[in-house]
Amino acid sequence: MKLSEVLRIAGEGISRNKLRALLTMLGVIIGVAAVIIMIAISAGTEATISENIKDLGTNLLFVTQSMGVQMVSRTAGMNANFLTYDDAKAIGDSISGISGVVVERDIMELIKYGSTSVDSVSIVGTTPSYPQVRDIDQASGRFITQNDIEKTAKVVVLGYSTAQTLFGDADPVGEKIYVGDVRLTVVGVMAKKGVVGNTDYDERVYIPLTLVFEKFTFSPFARVQGDQVGTILIQVEDLDNMDKVITQVQILLAKRHETTVDELPFTVRTQEDIIATQESTTAAFRDLLAWVAAVSLVVGGIGIMNIMLVSVTERTREIGIRQATGATPGDIRGQFLTEALLLSLTGGLLGVIAGVGGSWLFSRIGDMRTVVLPNSILLAFVSAAIVGIFFGFYPANKAAQLDPIEALRHE
Amino acid sequence: MSDPTLIEIDQVTKIYLMGHVQVTALDGISMRVITGEFLAIMGPSGSGKSTLMNILGCLDRPTSGTYLLAGEDVSRMSREQLARIRNQKIGFIFQSYNLLTQASALQNVLMPIVYRRNGHISTKDRIEMAHNALSSVGLVDREQHKPTEMSGGQQQRVAIARALVNSPALILADEPTGNLDSHSGLEIMEILQKLHSQGRTVVMITHDARNAEFAERVIHLQDGKISEDNHLATAPAHATTGGLT
Repeated sequence: MKLSEVLRIAGEGISRNKLRALLTMLGVIIGVAAVIIMIAISAGTEATISENIKDLGTNLLFVTQSMGVQMVSRTAGMNANFLTYDDAKAIGDSISGISGVVVERDIMELIKYGSTSVDSVSIVGTTPSYPQVRDIDQASGRFITQNDIEKTAKVVVLGYSTAQTLFGDADPVGEKIYVGDVRLTVVGVMAKKGVVGNTDYDERVYIPLTLVFEKFTFSPFARVQGDQVGTILIQVEDLDNMDKVITQVQILLAKRHETTVDELPFTVRTQEDIIATQESTTAAFRDLLAWVAAVSLVVGGIGIMNIMLVSVTERTREIGIRQATGATPGDIRGQFLTEALLLSLTGGLLGVIAGVGGSWLFSRIGDMRTVVLPNSILLAFVSAAIVGIFFGFYPANKAAQLDPIEALRHE
Repeated sequence: MSDPTLIEIDQVTKIYLMGHVQVTALDGISMRVITGEFLAIMGPSGSGKSTLMNILGCLDRPTSGTYLLAGEDVSRMSREQLARIRNQKIGFIFQSYNLLTQASALQNVLMPIVYRRNGHISTKDRIEMAHNALSSVGLVDREQHKPTEMSGGQQQRVAIARALVNSPALILADEPTGNLDSHSGLEIMEILQKLHSQGRTVVMITHDARNAEFAERVIHLQDGKISEDNHLATAPAHATTGGLT
């Protein structure tokens, strides 16, 4: 029997009940579209993450307080277990192979210029190497200097869009603004950087680290928190020295906080570690979506099996006629398997169209970045085919096993 | 093929199991049919004629005994092999026509060619074959009609064309006029008569004595056995050219 004949007969079988065929395919259509859209969303997210991380600056190490440690230490009043500005200075002084150390401590404050005010602005207390380490250019004026740090100067550097909000196109350098209750002089504006990760760098405002300690630490906590900092960023000169620097930093911090490297209450991570963490989150998300897709494909498959069983019963007499004129059990099985496969593949094709269209719609209307991977289309198609063969086999076999005499007698 | 015997069945029995009761539908039947013969099988219902028809048509296998069709023992063949035999050697004509209602007359006639195994036939040649078969039953102008658009007699003629298209050794007709009025029935019988006169072997099951008169030999079945086997000297309506011994 020629393949074209098999396809023609199967096609006729389906086209006889177009609406029913479409409804049957719905499960597969949804399953396949789900696979494609979900993979496109997670691929889009992943692409955004990795682009962001490239923008974070290069060869960076992040030293942060370990999760959970902070609370325990705080209740125990063990000041020794906080990451401090002195730790950062010690790292800068005694570890070789690094080209910059910067400290960040974030607070939220209201800022005000004349009648314009902006609430909940991220105020970053930091040190002079920040622009170099974070890879942000200066638009006008200057950044915080070592002198500002030592003298706890009342100066502020604005992010690009914060400057726009407060001053429009006018040059803010030399103007006075209020950060909380404190009156500060604007000494510079940073160039545009955009949103990286979850941080909009253009909305940040920078002040000398020491100013945070002195003016912006809520007094009851000041004694406990002291010159505690949020993050120490270390820029390593040579990428190959990364591991060596990590070890040195860990040993140094352990020594300074009178503990061992194993019990160190801080984590030293590279950007790759952060990428890995974020990727494992997307991977978990993707796994979940894969299950959703798998379930809808199985449901779609059961739908196909159901309708094929109905079809075999409806067409028992046709099967008998075909058997009488010489169709072998293999021919009959092939006919119904092809029909199931045609159903699932047509469903798969419609699902691909729906999936690609849906992904486009998500990025267009949902403001969500999506990347349709060719592999996901292949995967979806292959899954649809497997579903068709797997769930079509039982009905096809049932048809093939029919007794021609019984089948011809069937009304 | 010097041996003119087309069908040779020997001590064929068929026993059905109905629950725990054994029903003997055929009880040791032996007979020969010669190439070119026009045989009518008659008998009351329950006599086993349908069972015999199913076995002769390779739709079923005997419980015991042998069936040689054109020298080949088909009584022990697999379902697969039987399907091929049906395709190559047997053309069926059923009481209820058994056409695919959604397909055109031409497509119905093409069906046995679709399941052919021996050798590739081009689409053009296939249509030519189906066309010839339809024209031999006088339905050339109805090729694209569906069975639902045809009279019973026309539908049965399409079924005959389908039975002929693979040039089978044996035409098996099961009550071919059972669903037709007497006029259409006569037409069908005349076609069968014509096929016989062209040298084809026709075996027909019927309960209608008038139909049996077209045959040159009539076998009567009773309780799964052959009760009568009469060779009619001449077919009443037409002269025969078949190889009568």
